[in-house]
Parts: sequence; structure tokens; C-alpha cells
Amino acid sequence: MNNTVISVKGLTKRFGDFTAVNCISFDVKRGEIFGFLGANGAGKTTAMRMLCGLSYPTSGSGTVVGFDVTREGEKIKRHIGYMSQRFSLYNDLTVWENIRLFAGIYGLSKAETIERANEILARLDITSERDTLVGSLPLGWKQKLSFAVATIHRPELVFLDEPTGGVDPITRRQFWEMIYEAADNGTSIFVTTHYMDEAEYCSRVSIMVDGEVRAIDTPTRLKEQFAAESMDEVFRILARGAKRGD
Amino acid sequence: MKQKFSSFIKKESLHILRDVRTMMIVLLIPVVLMILFGFAISTEVNNLNVAIVASNHSESVRQVADKLSANPYFSFLGYIDNSDIDIKLRKGEVDAIIVFDKDYDRLLSQRSQGVDTPPAIQFIFDASNTNIAQTGAAYLQNVISSDLTHQEMLNLHLLYNPQMKSAYNFVPGIMGLIFILICAMMTSVSIVREKEVGTLEVLLVSPVRPIKIILAKMVPYFLISCINLATILLIARYLLDVPMSGGMGGIITISIIYLILSLMLGLLISTIASSQVIALLVSAMVMMLPMMMLSGMVFPIENLPTVLKPLPYIVPARWYIEAIRKLMIMGLPFSAVLKEVGILIFMTFAFMGIALKNFKNRLE
Amino acid sequence: MRQLYILIQKEFIQIFRNPLLPKLIIIFPIMVMLVMPWVTTMDVRNVGVTIIDEDCSSLSRHIISDIRAAEYFSLNDNVKTHNEALTLLEDCKVDAIVLIPRHFERDLLSQDPQKLDISANAVNATKGMLGSQYLILTIGSTLSNYNNHLTAAKTSDLIVIQNRFNPTLNYRHLMIPALMIMLLILICGFLSAINIVSEKENGTIEQINVTPIGKVTFILAKLIPFWFIGLFVVSIAMIVAWAVYDLSPTGSLGSIYLATILFILGFSGFGVSVANLSDNIQQTMFVMFFFIIIFVLLSGLLTPISSMPEWAQNFTTILPPRYYIDIMRAVYLKGSTIADLWPNFVALGVFVIVFNALAAFTYKKQS
Repeated sequence: MNNTVISVKGLTKRFGDFTAVNCISFDVKRGEIFGFLGANGAGKTTAMRMLCGLSYPTSGSGTVVGFDVTREGEKIKRHIGYMSQRFSLYNDLTVWENIRLFAGIYGLSKAETIERANEILARLDITSERDTLVGSLPLGWKQKLSFAVATIHRPELVFLDEPTGGVDPITRRQFWEMIYEAADNGTSIFVTTHYMDEAEYCSRVSIMVDGEVRAIDTPTRLKEQFAAESMDEVFRILARGAKRGD
Repeated sequence: MKQKFSSFIKKESLHILRDVRTMMIVLLIPVVLMILFGFAISTEVNNLNVAIVASNHSESVRQVADKLSANPYFSFLGYIDNSDIDIKLRKGEVDAIIVFDKDYDRLLSQRSQGVDTPPAIQFIFDASNTNIAQTGAAYLQNVISSDLTHQEMLNLHLLYNPQMKSAYNFVPGIMGLIFILICAMMTSVSIVREKEVGTLEVLLVSPVRPIKIILAKMVPYFLISCINLATILLIARYLLDVPMSGGMGGIITISIIYLILSLMLGLLISTIASSQVIALLVSAMVMMLPMMMLSGMVFPIENLPTVLKPLPYIVPARWYIEAIRKLMIMGLPFSAVLKEVGILIFMTFAFMGIALKNFKNRLE
Repeated sequence: MRQLYILIQKEFIQIFRNPLLPKLIIIFPIMVMLVMPWVTTMDVRNVGVTIIDEDCSSLSRHIISDIRAAEYFSLNDNVKTHNEALTLLEDCKVDAIVLIPRHFERDLLSQDPQKLDISANAVNATKGMLGSQYLILTIGSTLSNYNNHLTAAKTSDLIVIQNRFNPTLNYRHLMIPALMIMLLILICGFLSAINIVSEKENGTIEQINVTPIGKVTFILAKLIPFWFIGLFVVSIAMIVAWAVYDLSPTGSLGSIYLATILFILGFSGFGVSVANLSDNIQQTMFVMFFFIIIFVLLSGLLTPISSMPEWAQNFTTILPPRYYIDIMRAVYLKGSTIADLWPNFVALGVFVIVFNALAAFTYKKQS
């Protein structure tokens, strides 16, 4: 079994004159929690969309879970999970209906669906909310539920796009516990965030500025390299010259 | 205060202008529809497909055939067999069939001598198109009737629409339909979108009075609508040759009132609807049929049974179309449409009042 | 298969949970079918006529009483002067004015007869044209009767008119199938388009795109619910037509449903394509509105295609409802069979293929 889940070389995405992602290259190893950092507008989401098979690269190449990002997008999708802050679940479906829908989409059988659904409900302690519309759940619950749903088919790799945006610190904590749990079960995690304290939880991080990857290493070694106290400082040093973002 | 108002308008305009594609669509739709419908829609009956069944192609039968071929209202398809009548009608290949009795000539001459005879000609119509059957029967009777003397004693004037161009009849209808639907669709999302995005709260807590918020939302759409009005009037005048003899001033005045009314109607929908989807479904889908059918655009509303008679009274398009017909085509002065103007203004204020009340309820 | 089933289930749940849609699907067709057919009549039976009799002769009285007796006219005889009559015409109170000039009877057989004057308000082309034609026929026959020796034969006795398929010339029977089609166009067109674009706007389509679900499965799951909805709507409309207007199809229900299935499938495919190509809900609705209004007004639903200029008639060949209305009217009123109408079915089939290919092609999971 290959030990690399993501391998990217010179990946570039242009929209007209605008280069959103400029020639990025990196590898993510199996079982890693890979933090993909950058300010708003740095190109994180665009890069991630290319890796998930949502967007074609303008140039460059890459493989995700062993499949080519340009030609084998649909094969990639069978082996990955994906959740984002804004999107994810259907607000006008209940908790149970959402779980059943995505289980069905990933081809789980009826028995498996029921088993995993109960497991999720128990683990998130929302069995009583089984028939509540997702739209009326608090944001924190929604995010935990989306993560559970994104991993319902036990994917090799999960992409999380700012999963903890806008949720309270306690929920963030609980969320990261779920991430660790998944990683312990052998799922690799690719997570974008702009909370720098969260970066400390990652096994390795990359920092994107203006569409380029400026640094990539473990948090400890990055702090050493930039002689910084925290990841926050590292980030600020790197982002100082940024032209894009807010 | 004034500055706040203008900054609100600016914000709304920016929002609209940023969506270039939608803007283009909104400005193009009326142009295309106006040209298409102005030229194409007509209820005039022509090109009626007629065939003849005659066992005996006598001189008098051929005379009728010649008259049919020469008449612009008919296309004469030739002679067919008696046994083909059914199938030709069912396939829709012919609209009317003239069946001559085999003794047609004899019956005709007997008749001219004053002898009472059984009918010698039968018209068979595909009456599944009632319009064609009805009009066609009148046309065909005039063709067959060889007695033209009495027609020479009649003078026929077709007032207001001497060339019988249907465009004249449909232009006011199309204007009435397009304006109200497009305007309502534009404003119907305005408030409910803010609600969906969550920015409505910000507006509600601001010290700006609700009426100003509502008016500020309307202004940019009103300007877009005025562009639409201008293009439509230009098309009607120069492309479709609608006379507009009642004076441009009156037409523009009442159209502007109607535009404001339509925008208000959209706003009203926006204050009630719980999502953009619902607002748009109501303003486009639910409103389309009543505006088309109950406004007198295609069908005369006077034919409604008593129970349903009040319905068209509440359809704004009906009053606008009536007024525009009088001003544009019949060439009446503005004083002839005061009633319609009054009703439209009343409706505008009614819509604005209800919209405002709904909007204020949000505050409490 | 299970994927498709699950997705269709999801669509139905969402439709039924919407605060408006279920009501719309049930109440809208019933309301439309109850109200609209009463309006849809072009019957030119009540042409308002006013007569100014300057002649006051026995012939003019004959003319007046014959017009009064004719079923097409309603006579308004409170008018004395031509100006009064013109005012009535301007106010749309009457549709035509007949002026019988002084000495009309006296000079009828002279070298230089007075002319009888008919003025019709032609703003409404149909009524103006047909009304004046009827007036000419009626007055013509009065004149013929009056002057027996002048005429060879009385046309009305010479001719028998047989109105096939709709013997009472009931315009409503012609329009009810058209209304059913308008309902389908509105409901299936708008709802199918709005359905996809709201997934786009809510971002949920992104979540679907990142799953391994097949393009065709996804599109099918969007289309199939509209089959059911469309068939349901048509069925409601047919029941109302039968119960209220006593109109039931002369031909087979099978051919109606086959045509309906083809039409809905093609049309909702079109709606999905429009949604795929638009950026937001409002844009989708404007574009759909544009096409729907063209389909409704140019497909011969309300006004006859044969009355259009030639370029417009050619244009209508690319409008799917045109073929569907032909089928519906023919089956409903004439009892035509699939064998009679096969070109129309083929045309609908072509639209199904074209629009759904377009829907699948414009839906991109990866951009």
C-alpha cells in the first residue's frame, strides 16, 4: 500500500488573468493530519477543490489516494470525504434523513446505514434529535454531524474546509477530538483553518500566501525556523507581504 | 438623513449592477418578447386549408375552386375522395371541406327558379379549432354566395385598425403582461434575499425609517424599468408601427404609474414570502396565468359568468391594458383614461401600504 | 439503483416539506381549471351593435329586426345620433355601428343607390372582423329577401354546416387542453429549474459533486419526481374538466399519458439545463420566464399558429408544446390515435433526447 495519500506537483489554477493557485507542490502521508493554512483569499479553497475533483487544474499534476486529479476525479470521490463550513447538509432534511441520504449515495447497504447512523447518533449524543430538521440545530452540532456524515463511508482521506468557523471554543475542542479519533482509525485528514492555535494540533502544516505555498513542515520545526513563539507568529511573518486577502 | 437615503440607494444599485448577467437578461427580455409577439401573435384567420369533395367537377364547382385559390384567406388543397374526409380531418391536414351534391348544378338552377330544394352544399369543419370554424364559415359563405349585388350596397369601415393588424391589439396586452411580471420578479426577491442572507437585521436596527428602506430598494429597479419602457415604446412605434395617436405624454405617464405599481406588488410579495424561491414562484408562476387570462389581453373578459365577473377588477394589468388600448390605438385623449389612472394609483398605494405594514411587523 | 431510489426519496421529502410547493401542486391546477376556462372564449356571440336609422322605412325596420333576431348580436337601440354612437364605440360599449342613410330604401333600385354604412371597432381584430362579416351576411340576406327577384339563391338555405369534433363550437373545449398544457409548462418548468438552482445557491450541490454519484443518476433523480407531479397535475386537470365542463377525451387516455410523460421529461430536462447554466435563483427564473412565456404564447395554445406570419410558423417547429397541444387537442376532441399523430410523438421524443442530453452535458461535477 502506498504511503502517500496526496502528491501534488506544480498545481496551478487560473481564472482568466487571475492566478488563484500558483504552482504548488507537496505530499501528504497516510495517517497525517495535514493543516492547510492561509489568509482568506490565499487560494486554499481553490486548491482543495482541485484535490477533491471539483475543479480542473489549469496546469500541473497530482494524485489523490492514488488517482489522477485531472482524469480520475470520479474515482477519487469514492475514497474521500468532504465537509465545509457553509455547505454540507440539507437544512430541510432531518438528521436521520441526511445520514440515510449520504450513506445511500456512498453505496452503503440498508443494514450498514442503520448501524452507522445509530453509532453516529450515540457518539454525538443526539439520538433525541434524530427527527429534528438539520436547519434548526445549533451550528456546533451541525458541524459535528457534517463531519460524521462526511466520514460515514470510512474514507481513506477527509477534506475539511474551515470546519470550525464560527463555533464556540468548547465545540471546537470536541470537534478536534473527533478529528483525532478519525486519524487514529487510519483516516488521513486534510484541513484548512485560519485559527492558528488549531495549527498546533496538526502533524504537518503548509502556509499559503498569494496562491503559493510559502512554508511546509511540522509546527515545531516551523517555529524553530522562523524563531517564533507560536504558529500565529509564524503566520504573521509569512503573511506580512501578502497582496491578497483582507 | 438625506445622505443616508442616497447611500442606501447606492448600496442597492451596486448590488444589482454587480450581477451583470441578470441585468442583461432583464434588459433584453422585453425587447425580444416585444418583437416576437408583436409580429407573430395574431388571431386573424388566414391560410385556411380547404379541400373539395365533388363527384362531378362541373363548371360551377370549378368556379368555386377558382375563387378559393384566388382568395388570400384560403389555401385550396384540391379535390379529395369522399372516403378521405374522416382521415384528413383527424390528421389535421385540412381545416374545412366543401362537399358538393352530385346534383349540385340541377339543384342550383331549380333554386333560381324559386323551387325549394334540399341543400346542395355541405361545409365540414374541424371545429376543434372553434375560431377557425366560426370565422371560416362566414368567409366561405361569402365566397360561395355568388350574389354580390347586396355587398355593393354596403360600406365597411374597420375603425382604429383598418388593416386588421393583430399587432395593434396585442401590443398593449404584451406591455401589460411583461411590465408587471418582470418588475414584480425584480423586487420580489429584494427583501426576502436580505432575510436569507441575514442582512435584514442590520437594516431593521438602523435608524432609517421603513418607508425609506422600501423606497430605496425600489429606485434602482425603477430606473431599469424605465429603460425597458423606453425600448418597448420605441419598438412599438417604429418597428410595429403602432399609431400612438393619443399622445406620448399620456402613455408614458400611465406606464410609469403602472411600473411603480408592479414594483410595489413585488415588494409586497417580498415582505410576505419566506424564501426567494417562494417569492419568485409567486411573482412569476402564480401571477402569469391571471395576468394573461383575466386582463383582456387575449380573451374578452366580458364573457365571464356573473360569479367570476369581479375577478378582473383586481387584476392591475386589465386596467393598464384598457387604458393603453384607448391611448395608443383608439387615439383618445388622456381624459378618457382618468378612471383607469385613478384605479392604478389607488392600487399602488394599497400595495405600498400593505407592504409597509408587513415590513413594520417584522420590527416588533 | 439504491442510490437513485435514495435520491428520489430525498427530492420528494424536500418537495413535501416546502411550505408552498405541495399547496401549489394541488391548489393551483384546481383553481386554474375552475376559473380560467370561463374566460377562454372568443365566441363572437355578443357583438354589440347600434343602429342609426335615418331612413325609417320598412326596409330599415326589417334590417333592424333581423339583426335583433340574429344570435350573434346584442342590439343597443337607445342611440339617436351618430356622435352618441361613436362615444359608445370609444367606450367599448358597442362593437359596431350600422348607419342606414336617408332614402336608402327609395334609392335601392336606382342607378345610384345610397350605401349602408357599417363601422366596426377593429381593435380586437377577431371581433371586429367576424362581427362585420356577420353583419354583412345578415343585412345581405335581409336585402335579398326584400328584393326576391334580385337573388339567385339564398345562401343560408343552400348550405349545411357541419362542425366536426366540437359541434356546438364550444371554445372552451378547445382551450381546456391548452390550459392543462400551460399548467404543466408552468409547474414542471419553473419547479425543475428552481430545484437545481436552489441546491446551487445553498451550496448543497457542492456536497453532491464531491461524492461518487453518477451525473445521470443525479439528473434522473431530479427529473423523476416531476414526472409524478406532472402526471398528477394533468390528472387533476382532467378530472376537473370532466366534472365541471363535461369534457372527457374522445381518444384513448393511454395516448394522452404517453404524450404527457414525454413532454414532462423533455421540459423538465430543459428546466434543469437552464438552472445548470445560471448563477442564481433570480437569473434562472428570468430565463425560464422568458422561455415559458414564448412557449405559452407562440405554441398555438391561445392563438392559432396558422394565423402567424410564415417565419413565425417556422419558428414554432422548435417549440415542444406545439406538438403536445396538437396531440392533446386531437385526442381530446377528435379521438385521433397514436398512429394518426406519430410525427408529433416522434418530435416530442426528439425533444426528450435533446433536452436531457443538454441537462446531463451542462451539469458539471468538475469545472
